[in-house]
Amino acid sequence: MTGPAIVLITTFLASAVEAIEMVTIVLGVGATRGWRSTLVGVGAGFAVLAVVVAALGLALSRVPIGPLRLIVGALLLVFGLQWFRKGVMRVAAHGLAGIRLHPEDEPPEWSGEGFDWLAFVLSFKGVVLEGLEVAFIVVSFGANANQLGAAVIGGVGAVVVIGAIGLVLHGPVSRIPRSLLQLVVGILLTTFGTFWSLEGLGVEWPAADGAILGLLALYLLTAATYITIERRRVLGFNPGT
Amino acid sequence: MSRIWSWIVAFGRFWYHFIVGDDWTVAAAVAVGLVLTWVLNSAHITAWWLVPLIVVAMLGLSLRRAKPK
Repeated sequence: MTGPAIVLITTFLASAVEAIEMVTIVLGVGATRGWRSTLVGVGAGFAVLAVVVAALGLALSRVPIGPLRLIVGALLLVFGLQWFRKGVMRVAAHGLAGIRLHPEDEPPEWSGEGFDWLAFVLSFKGVVLEGLEVAFIVVSFGANANQLGAAVIGGVGAVVVIGAIGLVLHGPVSRIPRSLLQLVVGILLTTFGTFWSLEGLGVEWPAADGAILGLLALYLLTAATYITIERRRVLGFNPGT
Repeated sequence: MSRIWSWIVAFGRFWYHFIVGDDWTVAAAVAVGLVLTWVLNSAHITAWWLVPLIVVAMLGLSLRRAKPK
């Protein structure tokens, strides 16, 4: 039988990977679209998670997560590509507007009077999918090692610690120029969307979760290349003349 | 009744903009890429590279067609 300390550390580290993905999406969406609707989406996501976990308990490990990964991943991929494209165009056309010393001076992307459903849906999906993955990790590790208590502490601890780091980072992230922020969030949503949708189809990624870093590098390189091409096209920039 | 109808229209419009956005060809290419990946994967052919390739290619094509912002 595996000891409680080993189970706690293992579930903490495995859950931290999922929590980083969750917090990255929430942080990016909140900084770009505004925080009110984003945080309502986070709250609704955790409420749904709590109901699912309470209702299913240990039976959670038998729920097929593949279709959920495919649907959420495909939606994040097509939406992330829209922001990726707009981000490339805006950074190419306007460059970086400079670091915002007073982020409250610039209105968020969403400035309508009503509720921002887009921010709500993005943060809700990120929290539900990643939260379910944390719950699966906790249930499978905890039940197999007969150490459910330690596994729960590890999983919840990871979400709390990564969430706290996200809270600390929210200030600096809000100072990033809007055009660059939209590009970065677009690249991140496209990266996670690609990874999750193919995982949902049963595709095995080389290096497992490490493939996320490979996808991120590919899309960052793609962004840099297209920004250079777009700058030449839009501004008629030609270093040779 | 008209209130329900306008809610349905707004709901449909939201998801259309969420999924399709400014360029429907990108969403269509991603959908085709996912179906092809599923077919290849079912035939035990390595297919993880297909969707990233489509993403990079379609982004370039869509940017070429777009008006500067």
